[in-house]
Amino acid sequence: MKVRAQFAFVFNLDKCIGCHTCSVTCKNVWTNRKGVEYAWFNNVESKPGVGYPKAWEDQEKWHGGWELKNGKLELKSGNRASKLLNIFANPDMPEIDDYYEPFTYNYAHLQNAKLSEATPTARPLSQITGESMEKITWGPNWEDDLAGEYAKRSKDQNMHNIQKEMYGQFENTFHMYLPRICNHCLNASCVAACPSGSIYKREEDGIVLVDQDKCRGWRMCVSSCPYKKVFYNWESGKAEKCVGCYPRVESGMPTVCSESCVGRIRYNGIMLYDADRIEELASMEDEQDLYEAQCKIFLDPNDPEVIAAARAEGINDDWIEAARKSPIWKMAMDWKIAFPMHPEFRTLPMVWYVPPLSPVQSQIDQGNLPVGPDGAIPVSGSMRLPIQYLANLLTAGKEAPIESALNRLIAMRSYQRSVHVEGKADTRALEAAGITEEQALEMYRYLAIANYEDRFVIPTGHTEETLDDAFGFQGQNGFTFGNDTSAGVSKITLFPRRRKETVEPKELAPAADK
Amino acid sequence: MNLHNFLYGVYPYIALTVFLVGSVMRFDREQYTWKSDSSQLLSKANMRLASNLFHIGIIAIFFGHAVGLLTPHSVFLALGVSDMTHQMIAIWAGSIFGVMCLIGGAMLWLRRMFNTRVSAASRGSDKLILSWLLVTLILGLSTIPVSLSHANEGNPGVMIALAEWVQSIVYLRPDPALLVGVDTVFKIHLFFGMTVFLLFPFTRLVHVWSVPFGYLARPYQIVRTKKGH
Repeated sequence: MKVRAQFAFVFNLDKCIGCHTCSVTCKNVWTNRKGVEYAWFNNVESKPGVGYPKAWEDQEKWHGGWELKNGKLELKSGNRASKLLNIFANPDMPEIDDYYEPFTYNYAHLQNAKLSEATPTARPLSQITGESMEKITWGPNWEDDLAGEYAKRSKDQNMHNIQKEMYGQFENTFHMYLPRICNHCLNASCVAACPSGSIYKREEDGIVLVDQDKCRGWRMCVSSCPYKKVFYNWESGKAEKCVGCYPRVESGMPTVCSESCVGRIRYNGIMLYDADRIEELASMEDEQDLYEAQCKIFLDPNDPEVIAAARAEGINDDWIEAARKSPIWKMAMDWKIAFPMHPEFRTLPMVWYVPPLSPVQSQIDQGNLPVGPDGAIPVSGSMRLPIQYLANLLTAGKEAPIESALNRLIAMRSYQRSVHVEGKADTRALEAAGITEEQALEMYRYLAIANYEDRFVIPTGHTEETLDDAFGFQGQNGFTFGNDTSAGVSKITLFPRRRKETVEPKELAPAADK
Repeated sequence: MNLHNFLYGVYPYIALTVFLVGSVMRFDREQYTWKSDSSQLLSKANMRLASNLFHIGIIAIFFGHAVGLLTPHSVFLALGVSDMTHQMIAIWAGSIFGVMCLIGGAMLWLRRMFNTRVSAASRGSDKLILSWLLVTLILGLSTIPVSLSHANEGNPGVMIALAEWVQSIVYLRPDPALLVGVDTVFKIHLFFGMTVFLLFPFTRLVHVWSVPFGYLARPYQIVRTKKGH
């Protein structure tokens, strides 16, 4: 047993309102630079939909993640030798149009335009070429709230095994939001695919980072990440990805996307896991066993044996304590209501999701759904969101765990309703869903109230143990265009230097006082 | 010192020194700029064909030059490779890989110059170095008819003189006199070729140093710790 700690996430989809505050705060902090205008380390998709980049879930197209070859785990894009043979042109590389051509608007024209009959318009400008764009035809959130044609949207991979036509009808439409960031996987395929060895997992907290100095731009990580969460900065020629807001996390603060989430749907916490079992558990024969397999890799932070082994690995006591209070552990392991996204990619992702329920609840309250003998939990298959759809997204198509989780979420509501409306606790639904009254009360506290200190249990990074001079390190940046934080950079250089910032309209607006 | 002696006696050392010292300095000081600088994200069409033709062609040409020019004459004779055989191998290999490289290179050049996105995202040095490589390549290909006529006359003298000149440079006994009788097209090709080395550290060509052979022997997962740093 080799105990390691992982900084992990749960996103409670039941409460996501698709406001994109997470995306915008992340954009402002990490990707508001030249070369990554098109990159969203955090994005929110409307599902069903093809997403960002288009059809990212289709691994027959992109060859991301892992597969079993003769019972052995291998990158779906091919082994090491095939990577080197394809290094001159990566056959699986997405193109900018698979994301979208980044654009801004010529706002200054609104103020500078001469008097005319028609109202002046701010035309879109490409942030790559700086030229006017005729028409914007795709963006990072083009399918927002089921925008667009159903025929295109339903190309969503998760519609597999589902009678699509039925859900195309207005009365049967369903829709949910899916916020996505880097999954900081335990068995990361981007790390494995990097020919330079520049991507690595941090031993202390498991955050996956790209060493910007070591990256040579071979771009194998971009295609090998099945979630398409490694981006190529076309200005710097380097791979960039979600950094898990490590400077914040090291200080005990949640990531900016989590902190700014207005729906309080994001949970950050520590999970202890057994690093010796990664390959074994990612190699399950049946894809549908992968969700349960990943649950087996986690170590119980209350087990004295695990605690002793964690101490032996040099994990600090405050980290073990944080693992014990981890909201991730509660939701993924204790209540079994959170699931990894697409476990069939075999990367052992560490952003887990509580499946959404909201559209069902109102139907139950109105008595529109057939319910079981407990009078609260609707019979399987009567829910608005097809369970098969959620299962395709979260458990490689296995419906039972999803159904059980939804039943628990409903039972918790039914119980709370009996307490607050009837004034008398009715635990029949809880019993049917297999949870105790105590668990239901805790679930209520974590999911409905979602206090800050319950959502975020983050121990600090113990910089004092890793740096000789922690104060001297103060002021260091994350992504920069190189050497900004080192001493002795001269103004004149023969080597390629960065060019001007991201494209903005050339025309300047008149000063306010003129 | 006349121009000939400067170009073929001194310039090679300037180019090689800048090449080596420049590469080391850039790696040491500016590793963030050390990259292949791919533009595949911006335009993917025909990249597999163009880039593979270009790269395979140019790598074969590089090693062809290295083996053909740096191997001592006596070694070839000892191996039973006659001068005429050597010349014909050079002509054939040079033609095949040269044309591959030219087709791929021309496709890449057109893309770099005229694809709006790629062109906008290119630095001056990207356009310069690709153009320079193509001119060098075309000059190299235009030496083939000259070599063929030498071969037809059964005269390997020019080839041997070129190899001996390269070796004189490497052994630090520069002898520009060896090139006096050599056809002009060879001399221009040499100048362009040496200049590639001179420009090398200031362009994207530095990625050549970083061929990731280490990947073949590396475990898939990499974990780094902050402790002990």
